Amino acid sequence: MGEVKINNFKPKIVGYLCNWCTYAAADLAGASRLDIKPSINVIRVMCSSRIDQNLILTTFFGGADGILIAGCHPGDCHYDKGNYYARRRYALLKKVLETLKLDPERLQLSWISAAEGKRYATVVNEFTERIRKLGPNPINNNSYF
Amino acid sequence: MDRLMKVNKSAELAIIDFFRLLLENDRVSGIFTLRKINKDDSVDYCLVTDENRLDEAIPFYPFMPANAGQILSRFSPMNKPVAVVIKPCELRAFIELVKREQGTLDNFLLISYSCAGVFPIIKTGDEPFEKFLPSYWETVKRGGISQGIRQTCKVCEHFLPMNADITISLIGENKLDSECKMFLNTDKAKEFAKDFEGEMLEEDLESPVINSLLTKRKGEKEDLFTELSSKYSGLDGMINIFGRCIGCHGCSRVCPICYCTLCDFESHNYDYSASILEREISQKGALRLPPDTIFFHLGRLIHMSFSCIGCGLCTEVCPANIPVSTLFIKIGEETAKMFDYIPGRNVKEAIPVTVFKEEEFAELGE
Ligand code: SF4
Ligand code: SF4
Ligand code: FES
Repeated sequence: MGEVKINNFKPKIVGYLCNWCTYAAADLAGASRLDIKPSINVIRVMCSSRIDQNLILTTFFGGADGILIAGCHPGDCHYDKGNYYARRRYALLKKVLETLKLDPERLQLSWISAAEGKRYATVVNEFTERIRKLGPNPINNNSYF
Repeated sequence: MDRLMKVNKSAELAIIDFFRLLLENDRVSGIFTLRKINKDDSVDYCLVTDENRLDEAIPFYPFMPANAGQILSRFSPMNKPVAVVIKPCELRAFIELVKREQGTLDNFLLISYSCAGVFPIIKTGDEPFEKFLPSYWETVKRGGISQGIRQTCKVCEHFLPMNADITISLIGENKLDSECKMFLNTDKAKEFAKDFEGEMLEEDLESPVINSLLTKRKGEKEDLFTELSSKYSGLDGMINIFGRCIGCHGCSRVCPICYCTLCDFESHNYDYSASILEREISQKGALRLPPDTIFFHLGRLIHMSFSCIGCGLCTEVCPANIPVSTLFIKIGEETAKMFDYIPGRNVKEAIPVTVFKEEEFAELGE
Protein backbone atom coordinates (compact mmCIF):
# COMPACT_ATOMS: atom_id res chain seq x y z
CA MET A 1 0.00 0.00 0.00
CA GLY A 2 1.74 3.23 -1.12
CA GLU A 3 1.61 6.50 0.80
CA VAL A 4 -0.34 8.18 -1.99
CA LYS A 5 -3.09 5.65 -1.82
CA ILE A 6 -3.51 6.08 1.92
CA ASN A 7 -3.74 9.83 1.51
CA ASN A 8 -6.43 9.51 -1.12
CA PHE A 9 -8.26 6.91 0.86
CA LYS A 10 -11.85 7.84 1.64
CA PRO A 11 -13.14 5.47 4.29
CA LYS A 12 -16.52 3.83 3.94
CA ILE A 13 -18.17 4.06 7.31
CA VAL A 14 -21.47 2.54 8.27
CA GLY A 15 -23.30 4.19 11.13
CA TYR A 16 -26.06 2.36 12.93
CA LEU A 17 -27.90 5.20 14.61
CA CYS A 18 -30.69 4.93 17.12
CA ASN A 19 -33.83 6.63 15.87
CA TRP A 20 -34.56 8.48 19.10
CA CYS A 21 -31.22 10.06 19.87
CA THR A 22 -28.35 9.88 17.51
CA TYR A 23 -30.41 9.89 14.34
CA ALA A 24 -32.07 13.07 15.54
CA ALA A 25 -28.63 14.46 16.42
CA ALA A 26 -27.49 13.71 12.86
CA ASP A 27 -30.54 15.60 11.59
CA LEU A 28 -29.75 18.52 13.84
CA ALA A 29 -26.14 18.55 12.73
CA GLY A 30 -27.29 18.63 9.12
CA ALA A 31 -29.83 21.36 9.73
CA SER A 32 -27.18 23.39 11.55
CA ARG A 33 -24.95 23.00 8.49
CA LEU A 34 -22.12 21.56 10.51
CA ASP A 35 -19.17 20.21 8.60
CA ILE A 36 -19.53 16.42 8.54
CA LYS A 37 -17.30 14.09 6.55
CA PRO A 38 -19.38 12.50 3.78
CA SER A 39 -17.87 9.11 4.59
CA ILE A 40 -20.72 7.91 6.76
CA ASN A 41 -23.62 5.84 5.48
CA VAL A 42 -26.38 6.03 8.02
CA ILE A 43 -28.69 3.16 8.85
CA ARG A 44 -31.50 4.08 11.18
CA VAL A 45 -32.44 1.53 13.83
CA MET A 46 -35.17 1.84 16.43
CA CYS A 47 -32.79 1.29 19.35
CA SER A 48 -29.12 0.46 19.78
CA SER A 49 -30.25 -2.90 21.16
CA ARG A 50 -31.63 -3.79 17.74
CA ILE A 51 -28.11 -4.23 16.44
CA ASP A 52 -27.25 -7.86 16.77
CA GLN A 53 -23.69 -8.93 16.45
CA ASN A 54 -24.17 -10.76 13.18
CA LEU A 55 -25.28 -7.50 11.63
CA ILE A 56 -21.97 -5.95 12.59
CA LEU A 57 -20.05 -8.96 11.31
CA THR A 58 -21.79 -8.89 7.94
CA THR A 59 -21.11 -5.17 7.65
CA PHE A 60 -17.47 -5.76 8.46
CA PHE A 61 -17.19 -8.73 6.10
CA GLY A 62 -19.06 -6.75 3.46
CA GLY A 63 -16.11 -4.37 3.38
CA ALA A 64 -16.98 -1.40 5.60
CA ASP A 65 -13.79 0.31 6.77
CA GLY A 66 -15.36 1.42 10.02
CA ILE A 67 -18.60 0.85 11.89
CA LEU A 68 -20.15 3.33 14.28
CA ILE A 69 -22.90 2.26 16.62
CA ALA A 70 -24.57 5.14 18.37
CA GLY A 71 -27.55 5.48 20.66
CA CYS A 72 -28.97 7.27 23.65
CA HIS A 73 -26.82 7.87 26.72
CA PRO A 74 -27.02 5.13 29.36
CA GLY A 75 -30.13 5.77 31.40
CA ASP A 76 -31.85 7.62 28.54
CA CYS A 77 -32.86 4.81 26.21
CA HIS A 78 -36.33 5.35 24.76
CA TYR A 79 -37.09 1.76 25.67
CA ASP A 80 -35.61 2.18 29.11
CA LYS A 81 -32.74 -0.33 29.17
CA GLY A 82 -32.04 -1.26 25.55
CA ASN A 83 -28.67 0.44 25.40
CA TYR A 84 -27.39 -1.44 28.46
CA TYR A 85 -27.98 -4.73 26.64
CA ALA A 86 -26.46 -3.24 23.51
CA ARG A 87 -23.37 -2.28 25.46
CA ARG A 88 -22.88 -5.82 26.79
CA ARG A 89 -23.24 -7.30 23.34
CA TYR A 90 -20.84 -4.76 21.96
CA ALA A 91 -18.33 -5.57 24.70
CA LEU A 92 -18.56 -9.27 23.82
CA LEU A 93 -18.13 -8.65 20.12
CA LYS A 94 -15.15 -6.43 20.77
CA LYS A 95 -13.52 -8.95 23.11
CA VAL A 96 -13.72 -11.74 20.52
CA LEU A 97 -12.32 -9.51 17.77
CA GLU A 98 -9.59 -8.31 20.12
CA THR A 99 -8.57 -11.81 21.13
CA LEU A 100 -8.40 -12.90 17.51
CA LYS A 101 -6.67 -9.63 16.51
CA LEU A 102 -9.33 -8.86 13.95
CA ASP A 103 -9.13 -5.07 13.82
CA PRO A 104 -11.37 -4.18 16.79
CA GLU A 105 -10.42 -0.55 16.39
CA ARG A 106 -12.62 -0.36 13.30
CA LEU A 107 -15.63 -0.42 15.61
CA GLN A 108 -16.88 2.38 17.80
CA LEU A 109 -19.74 2.75 20.21
CA SER A 110 -20.90 6.27 21.08
CA TRP A 111 -23.69 7.80 23.09
CA ILE A 112 -25.10 10.89 21.42
CA SER A 113 -28.37 12.48 22.48
CA ALA A 114 -30.84 14.22 20.17
CA ALA A 115 -29.58 17.61 21.33
CA GLU A 116 -25.92 16.86 20.63
CA GLY A 117 -25.72 17.76 16.95
CA LYS A 118 -22.29 19.22 17.42
CA ARG A 119 -21.03 16.23 19.24
CA TYR A 120 -22.37 14.04 16.44
CA ALA A 121 -20.30 15.95 13.91
CA THR A 122 -17.19 15.67 16.09
CA VAL A 123 -17.61 11.95 16.70
CA VAL A 124 -18.13 11.18 13.01
CA ASN A 125 -15.22 13.36 11.92
CA GLU A 126 -12.83 11.99 14.50
CA PHE A 127 -13.83 8.42 13.83
CA THR A 128 -13.41 8.96 10.10
CA GLU A 129 -9.95 10.37 10.69
CA ARG A 130 -9.00 7.39 12.83
CA ILE A 131 -10.18 4.98 10.13
CA ARG A 132 -8.41 6.96 7.45
CA LYS A 133 -5.18 6.49 9.34
CA LEU A 134 -5.86 2.80 9.73
CA GLY A 135 -6.33 2.40 6.00
CA PRO A 136 -8.77 0.28 4.05
CA ASN A 137 -10.37 -2.79 5.57
CA PRO A 138 -8.05 -5.63 4.48
CA ILE A 139 -11.11 -7.79 3.85
CA ASN A 140 -11.61 -5.88 0.62
CA ASN A 141 -8.47 -7.48 -0.76
CA ASN A 142 -9.10 -10.91 0.62
CA SER A 143 -10.86 -13.38 -1.62
CA TYR A 144 -11.42 -15.68 1.30
CA PHE A 145 -14.04 -13.53 3.02
CA MET B 1 -16.40 -32.34 55.09
CA ASP B 2 -18.89 -33.99 52.78
CA ARG B 3 -21.18 -36.84 53.58
CA LEU B 4 -20.55 -40.01 51.70
CA MET B 5 -21.55 -43.62 51.60
CA LYS B 6 -18.89 -46.28 51.22
CA VAL B 7 -19.96 -49.51 49.58
CA ASN B 8 -17.71 -52.55 49.49
CA LYS B 9 -17.95 -53.28 45.81
CA SER B 10 -16.33 -51.90 42.71
CA ALA B 11 -17.72 -48.50 41.70
CA GLU B 12 -19.48 -49.99 38.70
CA LEU B 13 -21.12 -52.87 40.57
CA ALA B 14 -22.12 -50.62 43.44
CA ILE B 15 -23.84 -48.11 41.20
CA ILE B 16 -25.66 -50.86 39.30
CA ASP B 17 -26.89 -52.22 42.64
CA PHE B 18 -28.07 -48.73 43.45
CA PHE B 19 -29.94 -48.57 40.12
CA ARG B 20 -31.57 -51.88 40.97
CA LEU B 21 -32.76 -50.54 44.32
CA LEU B 22 -34.16 -47.42 42.64
CA LEU B 23 -36.07 -49.43 40.05
CA GLU B 24 -37.29 -52.14 42.43
CA ASN B 25 -38.66 -49.60 44.87
CA ASP B 26 -40.20 -47.61 42.10
CA ARG B 27 -38.32 -44.47 43.11
CA VAL B 28 -37.41 -43.64 39.53
CA SER B 29 -39.07 -44.25 36.22
CA GLY B 30 -35.82 -45.28 34.57
CA ILE B 31 -32.04 -45.17 34.49
CA PHE B 32 -30.17 -43.16 31.89
CA THR B 33 -26.72 -44.61 31.37
CA LEU B 34 -24.11 -45.70 28.87
CA ARG B 35 -24.44 -49.26 27.71
CA LYS B 36 -22.49 -51.62 25.56
CA ILE B 37 -24.06 -52.39 22.21
CA ASN B 38 -21.87 -55.24 21.01
CA LYS B 39 -18.44 -56.73 21.41
CA ASP B 40 -16.66 -53.85 19.67
CA ASP B 41 -16.23 -50.52 21.30
CA SER B 42 -19.76 -49.49 20.34
CA VAL B 43 -21.52 -47.74 23.17
CA ASP B 44 -24.68 -45.69 23.37
CA TYR B 45 -26.76 -43.78 25.88
CA CYS B 46 -29.83 -45.72 26.88
CA LEU B 47 -32.85 -45.36 29.13
CA VAL B 48 -33.28 -48.60 31.05
CA THR B 49 -36.54 -49.39 32.82
CA ASP B 50 -36.24 -53.17 33.15
CA GLU B 51 -33.88 -54.11 35.96
CA ASN B 52 -32.99 -57.32 34.13
CA ARG B 53 -31.30 -55.24 31.50
CA LEU B 54 -29.06 -53.45 33.95
CA ASP B 55 -26.14 -55.76 33.29
CA GLU B 56 -25.70 -54.03 29.94
CA ALA B 57 -25.02 -50.75 31.76
CA ILE B 58 -21.46 -49.42 31.79
CA PRO B 59 -21.99 -46.06 33.51
CA PHE B 60 -18.33 -45.02 33.76
CA TYR B 61 -17.12 -46.19 30.38
CA PRO B 62 -14.72 -43.51 29.11
CA PHE B 63 -16.64 -42.57 26.00
CA MET B 64 -19.05 -39.81 24.97
CA PRO B 65 -21.35 -40.84 22.11
CA ALA B 66 -23.32 -37.57 22.41
CA ASN B 67 -23.48 -34.78 24.93
CA ALA B 68 -25.94 -36.23 27.42
CA GLY B 69 -26.98 -32.72 28.48
CA GLN B 70 -28.44 -32.26 25.03
CA ILE B 71 -30.35 -35.55 25.30
CA LEU B 72 -31.72 -34.80 28.77
CA SER B 73 -33.08 -31.47 27.61
CA ARG B 74 -35.45 -33.35 25.34
CA PHE B 75 -37.23 -35.14 28.21
CA SER B 76 -40.50 -33.33 28.76
CA PRO B 77 -41.64 -32.98 32.39
CA MET B 78 -42.35 -36.33 34.02
CA ASN B 79 -44.10 -37.59 37.14
CA LYS B 80 -41.20 -39.60 38.41
CA PRO B 81 -37.58 -38.68 37.88
CA VAL B 82 -34.99 -40.59 35.89
CA ALA B 83 -31.64 -41.37 37.50
CA VAL B 84 -28.85 -40.35 35.17
CA VAL B 85 -25.11 -40.95 35.20
CA ILE B 86 -23.37 -38.30 33.14
CA LYS B 87 -20.00 -36.62 32.94
CA PRO B 88 -19.34 -33.27 34.61
CA CYS B 89 -19.22 -31.38 31.31
CA GLU B 90 -22.51 -32.94 30.23
CA LEU B 91 -24.09 -31.89 33.50
CA ARG B 92 -22.88 -28.34 33.01
CA ALA B 93 -24.32 -28.37 29.50
CA PHE B 94 -27.62 -29.47 30.94
CA ILE B 95 -27.59 -26.64 33.48
CA GLU B 96 -26.96 -24.15 30.67
CA LEU B 97 -29.92 -25.63 28.80
CA VAL B 98 -32.17 -25.44 31.85
CA LYS B 99 -31.30 -21.74 32.06
CA ARG B 100 -32.53 -21.45 28.49
CA GLU B 101 -35.76 -23.21 29.43
CA GLN B 102 -34.76 -26.30 27.49
CA GLY B 103 -35.04 -28.75 30.35
CA THR B 104 -36.27 -29.35 33.88
CA LEU B 105 -34.04 -30.26 36.81
CA ASP B 106 -36.93 -31.93 38.66
CA ASN B 107 -36.93 -34.64 36.06
CA PHE B 108 -33.67 -36.12 37.22
CA LEU B 109 -31.59 -37.57 39.98
CA LEU B 110 -28.25 -36.28 38.78
CA ILE B 111 -25.33 -38.61 39.31
CA SER B 112 -21.85 -37.69 38.12
CA TYR B 113 -18.28 -38.54 38.96
CA SER B 114 -14.74 -37.26 39.08
CA CYS B 115 -13.94 -37.67 35.42
CA ALA B 116 -10.59 -38.78 34.08
CA GLY B 117 -11.57 -38.10 30.49
CA VAL B 118 -12.84 -40.07 27.53
CA PHE B 119 -11.44 -41.59 24.36
CA PRO B 120 -12.07 -40.11 20.92
CA ILE B 121 -14.83 -41.32 18.65
CA ILE B 122 -13.43 -44.11 16.52
CA LYS B 123 -13.25 -43.16 12.88
CA THR B 124 -12.59 -45.42 9.93
CA GLY B 125 -9.10 -46.82 10.14
CA ASP B 126 -8.63 -45.89 13.80
CA GLU B 127 -7.49 -48.60 16.11
CA PRO B 128 -10.02 -49.49 18.79
CA PHE B 129 -9.05 -47.97 22.10
CA GLU B 130 -9.89 -51.05 24.12
CA LYS B 131 -6.23 -51.88 24.45
CA PHE B 132 -5.78 -48.65 26.43
CA LEU B 133 -8.54 -49.44 28.92
CA PRO B 134 -6.55 -51.40 31.54
CA SER B 135 -3.90 -48.70 31.69
CA TYR B 136 -6.65 -46.04 31.66
CA TRP B 137 -8.12 -47.36 34.90
CA GLU B 138 -4.67 -47.66 36.47
CA THR B 139 -4.08 -44.00 35.60
CA VAL B 140 -7.43 -43.03 37.13
CA LYS B 141 -6.34 -44.57 40.41
CA ARG B 142 -3.09 -42.63 40.32
CA GLY B 143 -4.71 -39.41 39.15
CA GLY B 144 -2.65 -39.11 35.99
CA ILE B 145 -3.54 -38.18 32.43
CA SER B 146 -4.19 -41.36 30.51
CA GLN B 147 -2.66 -42.14 27.17
CA GLY B 148 -5.05 -41.96 24.25
CA ILE B 149 -7.76 -39.76 25.78
CA ARG B 150 -9.05 -36.74 23.91
CA GLN B 151 -7.03 -33.56 23.82
CA THR B 152 -10.05 -31.72 25.29
CA CYS B 153 -10.02 -33.97 28.35
CA LYS B 154 -6.29 -33.60 28.83
CA VAL B 155 -6.82 -29.87 29.35
CA CYS B 156 -10.19 -29.95 31.15
CA GLU B 157 -10.21 -28.22 34.53
CA HIS B 158 -13.79 -28.86 35.52
CA PHE B 159 -13.59 -32.59 35.98
CA LEU B 160 -15.30 -32.52 39.38
CA PRO B 161 -19.05 -32.28 38.94
CA MET B 162 -20.96 -29.13 39.81
CA ASN B 163 -24.60 -29.53 40.79
CA ALA B 164 -24.65 -33.33 41.01
CA ASP B 165 -27.01 -34.87 43.56
CA ILE B 166 -24.58 -37.75 43.89
CA THR B 167 -20.87 -37.70 43.05
CA ILE B 168 -18.99 -40.94 42.66
CA SER B 169 -15.33 -40.57 43.46
CA LEU B 170 -13.15 -42.30 40.88
CA ILE B 171 -9.97 -40.29 40.51
CA GLY B 172 -7.31 -41.20 43.05
CA GLU B 173 -9.31 -44.08 44.50
CA ASN B 174 -6.81 -46.92 44.47
CA LYS B 175 -9.39 -49.37 45.75
CA LEU B 176 -11.67 -48.64 42.83
CA ASP B 177 -12.09 -52.37 42.14
CA SER B 178 -13.32 -53.21 45.59
CA GLU B 179 -14.97 -50.14 47.05
CA CYS B 180 -17.11 -47.27 45.93
CA LYS B 181 -17.47 -43.83 47.48
CA MET B 182 -20.77 -42.12 46.79
CA PHE B 183 -21.01 -38.52 47.97
CA LEU B 184 -24.61 -37.64 48.78
CA ASN B 185 -24.63 -33.92 48.05
CA THR B 186 -28.30 -33.05 48.32
CA ASP B 187 -31.37 -33.94 50.34
CA LYS B 188 -32.78 -35.45 47.21
CA ALA B 189 -29.79 -37.81 47.09
CA LYS B 190 -30.24 -38.82 50.73
CA GLU B 191 -33.90 -39.50 50.08
CA PHE B 192 -33.21 -41.68 47.08
CA ALA B 193 -30.35 -43.54 48.75
CA LYS B 194 -32.48 -44.50 51.76
CA ASP B 195 -31.98 -48.18 52.70
CA PHE B 196 -29.02 -48.52 50.35
CA GLU B 197 -26.47 -50.51 52.23
CA GLY B 198 -23.18 -48.85 52.98
CA GLU B 199 -21.10 -47.20 55.61
CA MET B 200 -21.70 -43.49 56.21
CA LEU B 201 -18.50 -41.44 56.41
CA GLU B 202 -17.35 -37.83 56.31
CA GLU B 203 -14.59 -37.01 53.86
CA ASP B 204 -13.59 -34.43 51.27
CA LEU B 205 -13.99 -35.18 47.61
CA GLU B 206 -11.04 -32.95 46.82
CA SER B 207 -7.75 -34.59 47.62
CA PRO B 208 -4.06 -33.95 46.95
CA VAL B 209 -4.32 -36.35 44.00
CA ILE B 210 -7.16 -34.30 42.51
CA ASN B 211 -5.28 -31.07 43.06
CA SER B 212 -2.16 -32.35 41.40
CA LEU B 213 -4.17 -33.59 38.44
CA LEU B 214 -5.71 -30.13 38.19
CA THR B 215 -2.25 -28.59 38.10
CA LYS B 216 -1.14 -31.03 35.41
CA ARG B 217 -4.16 -30.31 33.26
CA LYS B 218 -3.78 -26.56 33.68
CA GLY B 219 -0.21 -26.88 32.48
CA GLU B 220 -1.28 -28.87 29.43
CA LYS B 221 -3.91 -26.27 28.70
CA GLU B 222 -1.47 -23.43 28.85
CA ASP B 223 0.81 -25.18 26.36
CA LEU B 224 -2.09 -25.88 24.05
CA PHE B 225 -3.35 -22.30 24.18
CA THR B 226 0.11 -20.90 23.55
CA GLU B 227 0.48 -23.11 20.52
CA LEU B 228 -2.95 -22.10 19.27
CA SER B 229 -2.52 -18.37 19.80
CA SER B 230 0.46 -18.37 17.46
CA LYS B 231 -1.92 -19.54 14.74
CA TYR B 232 -5.08 -17.50 15.09
CA SER B 233 -3.91 -13.95 14.72
CA GLY B 234 -5.79 -11.73 12.26
CA LEU B 235 -7.49 -12.62 8.99
CA ASP B 236 -4.66 -14.95 8.05
CA GLY B 237 -5.08 -16.67 11.37
CA MET B 238 -8.73 -17.32 10.67
CA ILE B 239 -7.81 -18.80 7.32
CA ASN B 240 -5.11 -20.88 9.01
CA ILE B 241 -7.60 -22.41 11.36
CA PHE B 242 -10.81 -22.55 9.37
CA GLY B 243 -9.47 -22.61 5.81
CA ARG B 244 -10.23 -26.28 5.36
CA CYS B 245 -13.71 -26.13 6.92
CA ILE B 246 -16.25 -27.77 4.59
CA GLY B 247 -19.14 -25.87 6.14
CA CYS B 248 -21.05 -28.95 7.25
CA HIS B 249 -22.08 -27.27 10.54
CA GLY B 250 -21.58 -30.59 12.31
CA CYS B 251 -19.78 -28.74 15.09
CA SER B 252 -22.89 -26.75 15.94
CA ARG B 253 -25.25 -29.73 15.55
CA VAL B 254 -23.48 -31.63 18.29
CA CYS B 255 -23.03 -28.56 20.45
CA PRO B 256 -25.38 -28.76 23.45
CA ILE B 257 -25.41 -24.99 23.82
CA CYS B 258 -26.54 -24.46 20.22
CA TYR B 259 -30.09 -25.58 20.87
CA CYS B 260 -31.88 -23.24 18.45
CA THR B 261 -33.97 -25.20 15.99
CA LEU B 262 -33.94 -22.22 13.65
CA CYS B 263 -30.26 -21.40 13.70
CA ASP B 264 -29.50 -18.03 12.14
CA PHE B 265 -26.61 -19.56 10.25
CA GLU B 266 -28.82 -22.20 8.68
CA SER B 267 -31.29 -19.57 7.51
CA HIS B 268 -31.24 -17.65 4.25
CA ASN B 269 -30.69 -14.40 6.12
CA TYR B 270 -27.16 -14.07 4.85
CA ASP B 271 -27.56 -15.33 1.32
CA TYR B 272 -25.80 -13.25 -1.26
CA SER B 273 -27.78 -11.77 -4.10
CA ALA B 274 -26.22 -11.83 -7.55
CA SER B 275 -25.58 -8.10 -7.43
CA ILE B 276 -23.68 -8.30 -4.14
CA LEU B 277 -21.60 -11.20 -5.42
CA GLU B 278 -20.83 -9.35 -8.62
CA ARG B 279 -19.73 -6.27 -6.73
CA GLU B 280 -17.51 -8.25 -4.39
CA ILE B 281 -15.97 -10.30 -7.16
CA SER B 282 -15.30 -7.31 -9.34
CA GLN B 283 -13.47 -5.74 -6.40
CA LYS B 284 -11.51 -8.75 -5.30
CA GLY B 285 -11.00 -10.61 -8.55
CA ALA B 286 -11.93 -13.89 -6.86
CA LEU B 287 -14.19 -15.00 -4.04
CA ARG B 288 -14.49 -18.17 -2.03
CA LEU B 289 -17.90 -19.79 -2.37
CA PRO B 290 -19.95 -20.28 -0.35
CA PRO B 291 -18.60 -17.13 1.21
CA ASP B 292 -19.69 -17.39 4.83
CA THR B 293 -17.44 -20.01 6.38
CA ILE B 294 -15.62 -17.75 8.79
CA PHE B 295 -18.68 -15.63 9.43
CA PHE B 296 -20.33 -18.77 10.80
CA HIS B 297 -17.51 -19.53 13.23
CA LEU B 298 -17.03 -15.95 14.37
CA GLY B 299 -20.76 -15.49 14.79
CA ARG B 300 -21.00 -18.55 17.01
CA LEU B 301 -17.96 -17.48 19.02
CA ILE B 302 -19.53 -14.12 19.71
CA HIS B 303 -22.96 -15.28 20.64
CA MET B 304 -22.40 -18.46 22.62
CA SER B 305 -18.74 -18.92 23.58
CA PHE B 306 -19.29 -17.69 27.17
CA SER B 307 -21.52 -20.72 27.67
CA CYS B 308 -19.10 -23.23 26.12
CA ILE B 309 -18.68 -26.02 28.64
CA GLY B 310 -15.78 -27.51 26.72
CA CYS B 311 -17.12 -31.02 26.09
CA GLY B 312 -15.04 -31.20 22.92
CA LEU B 313 -17.61 -32.86 20.70
CA CYS B 314 -17.23 -30.21 17.98
CA THR B 315 -13.61 -31.18 17.47
CA GLU B 316 -14.60 -34.83 17.61
CA VAL B 317 -17.06 -34.65 14.75
CA CYS B 318 -15.17 -32.26 12.52
CA PRO B 319 -14.37 -34.11 9.28
CA ALA B 320 -11.72 -31.52 8.44
CA ASN B 321 -9.73 -32.03 11.63
CA ILE B 322 -10.15 -28.45 12.82
CA PRO B 323 -9.46 -27.88 16.55
CA VAL B 324 -12.86 -26.21 16.98
CA SER B 325 -13.17 -26.84 20.69
CA THR B 326 -9.69 -25.59 21.51
CA LEU B 327 -10.58 -22.23 20.01
CA PHE B 328 -14.03 -22.16 21.57
CA ILE B 329 -12.67 -23.04 25.00
CA LYS B 330 -10.00 -20.35 24.72
CA ILE B 331 -12.35 -17.61 23.49
CA GLY B 332 -15.05 -18.84 25.86
CA GLU B 333 -12.74 -18.35 28.82
CA GLU B 334 -12.07 -14.79 27.69
CA THR B 335 -15.74 -13.90 27.21
CA ALA B 336 -16.98 -15.65 30.36
CA LYS B 337 -14.30 -13.93 32.43
CA MET B 338 -15.75 -10.54 31.51
CA PHE B 339 -18.84 -11.41 33.50
CA ASP B 340 -17.23 -13.61 36.13
CA TYR B 341 -19.28 -16.36 34.59
CA ILE B 342 -18.70 -20.09 34.68
CA PRO B 343 -21.06 -21.97 32.43
CA GLY B 344 -23.02 -24.64 34.26
CA ARG B 345 -21.89 -23.54 37.71
CA ASN B 346 -25.23 -22.40 39.03
CA VAL B 347 -28.64 -22.63 37.47
CA LYS B 348 -29.56 -19.28 39.04
CA GLU B 349 -26.64 -17.47 37.44
CA ALA B 350 -28.09 -15.50 34.51
CA ILE B 351 -26.77 -15.97 30.98
CA PRO B 352 -24.52 -12.91 30.44
CA VAL B 353 -26.42 -11.45 27.48
CA THR B 354 -29.74 -11.51 29.32
CA VAL B 355 -28.70 -9.12 32.08
CA PHE B 356 -26.53 -6.04 32.62
CA LYS B 357 -25.16 -3.79 35.32
CA GLU B 358 -25.74 -0.09 34.93
CA GLU B 359 -22.27 0.80 36.11
CA GLU B 360 -20.29 -1.65 33.96
CA PHE B 361 -18.28 -0.90 30.79
CA ALA B 362 -18.35 2.83 31.43
CA GLU B 363 -15.18 3.02 29.32
CA LEU B 364 -17.17 1.94 26.26
CA GLY B 365 -19.15 4.64 24.52
CA GLU B 366 -16.75 7.29 23.27
S1 SF4 C 1 -14.12 -32.65 29.07
FE1 SF4 C 1 -13.70 -32.93 31.29
S2 SF4 C 1 -15.64 -33.53 32.22
FE2 SF4 C 1 -15.85 -33.78 29.98
S3 SF4 C 1 -15.32 -35.92 29.56
FE3 SF4 C 1 -13.41 -34.77 29.36
S4 SF4 C 1 -12.45 -34.78 31.41
FE4 SF4 C 1 -14.59 -35.43 31.63
S1 SF4 D 1 -17.49 -29.61 11.85
FE1 SF4 D 1 -15.54 -28.89 10.98
S2 SF4 D 1 -15.90 -28.83 8.75
FE2 SF4 D 1 -17.94 -28.98 9.72
S3 SF4 D 1 -18.56 -26.77 9.93
FE3 SF4 D 1 -17.57 -27.37 11.88
S4 SF4 D 1 -15.41 -26.71 11.60
FE4 SF4 D 1 -16.35 -26.78 9.54
S1 FES E 1 -33.83 4.01 22.06
FE1 FES E 1 -31.89 4.92 21.74
S2 FES E 1 -30.57 3.40 22.54
FE2 FES E 1 -32.53 2.50 22.98
